[in-house]
Amino acid sequence: MIVRFAVPLSLLAAWWAVTALGIVKPYQLASPVGVFAEAADLATHGLLAADLAASAVRVGAGFLVALAFAIVIGTAVGASRTAERAIEPTLQAIRAVPSLAWVPLILLWLGIGETAKIALVAIGAFFPIYVSLVAGIRGIDRKLIEAARVLGVTGIALARRVLVPATLPQLLTGARMGLTQAWLFLVAAELLAASRGLGALLTEGQQVSRTDEILVAIVAFALCGKLTDLALRALEGRVAGWVDAAVSA
Amino acid sequence: MIAVEARGLAKRFGTHTVFSGLDLAVRRGETVAILGPSGCGKSTLLRCIAGLESPDAGDVRASGELSYVFQEPRLFPWLTVAKNVAFAARTPEEHRRVDEAIALVGLDAARDRLPKHLSGGMAQRAALARALVRAPDVLLLDEPFAALDALRRLELRSALGEIIGRAHAAAILVTHDVDEAIAIADRVLVLAGTPARFVEFPDLRNTEERKRAYLAALGVQAPSIARPRSIGTPFAARQSG
Repeated sequence: MIVRFAVPLSLLAAWWAVTALGIVKPYQLASPVGVFAEAADLATHGLLAADLAASAVRVGAGFLVALAFAIVIGTAVGASRTAERAIEPTLQAIRAVPSLAWVPLILLWLGIGETAKIALVAIGAFFPIYVSLVAGIRGIDRKLIEAARVLGVTGIALARRVLVPATLPQLLTGARMGLTQAWLFLVAAELLAASRGLGALLTEGQQVSRTDEILVAIVAFALCGKLTDLALRALEGRVAGWVDAAVSA
Repeated sequence: MIAVEARGLAKRFGTHTVFSGLDLAVRRGETVAILGPSGCGKSTLLRCIAGLESPDAGDVRASGELSYVFQEPRLFPWLTVAKNVAFAARTPEEHRRVDEAIALVGLDAARDRLPKHLSGGMAQRAALARALVRAPDVLLLDEPFAALDALRRLELRSALGEIIGRAHAAAILVTHDVDEAIAIADRVLVLAGTPARFVEFPDLRNTEERKRAYLAALGVQAPSIARPRSIGTPFAARQSG
């Protein structure tokens, strides 16, 4: 317990010390107390909740869109060599583009509305989920499929009772990586064009030189990312606890 | 009633003919062991009977419900022992048989464990229980004890004889263990040669004679220690070896 909190608490103490002793100026780095006060202020006016909600909806929607596309395309590519030959080279080419390079194009095509932000989040989240799912489907033990077949379990029943449970752990691993990417792309999207959301709070803080506001947004991002990851990890523990890994999650 | 029948069965992999001209008939309630060296096509023959491979020539027919126990347990790792065994069940009657099968292989205490928490012997017993749930007419066993240590093999061997007897199925046990074959089976067939054929044996009177004949057919020098000999007749001992 002591080991776990030693580093973050020391950092917090150092942060407080350098600001309280006036070593750095408030416009360079707000004090922890100042950041907490700003967070409380934003919260009481309902602004923090509105920003959080705006960001969460974008991440949630973009992530679900990515998940849906990744499951459909990943299943096709993983299960069929024909689909792999048809789709995989194109996807690999698209994947080779640093994803943020799509930002200007997306903004031109879809404008600066919600659709563009959700689309960007979806692009970011798609690839980790897709790659992990395809690997999961490829990695299914052929011997288990045979064991099911000799018991007369084929077709839809085989997919439902063997293929889905066998790939679920890999899909969840991909989903966790995809979610991290979703938050990353959300920041990019909101930095460019947004009036609400944690990214907008960052931009606003920069424009009015308020480091306390920027830090509130950064801490909020950290908490949101951690909480959503914890939720997926809990789900992973429930449905993928059977995996016989050397180091368990 | 003949439950498994093969006529003139042949299987090739590329240019290599694994076996050819195999004839086999197994009745319900009969246990046949198929002995053979590694790679002689024992498993392939079993897979042809189960329909997992199609033969290149000849006919093979297995009538009624069929169960297969593989060399490895092949349990579904996300299901507990009880759910793995119940995986094979379709009818209410088969579901009722789940508990019975688990008890029969002695896994009552481990029914809620995941496969990753089972020893090799327990996992293989769970696989055996899964094969019994359907009360099969044909029970195919592909070296089910291959991955187990000698003690577990002995323990499961005696249990298996009883289990097969109860199942009243046409059981085919593929093994490379002569003692196992003699202990469990009503009839032992030796598959040897390239391409492999069943070896014919004259009438064999007792266990020791059978063992020698099977080992000889497998190309193993028969041990000459089975019968005590008087010291001083090395020539005779050498001749009979």
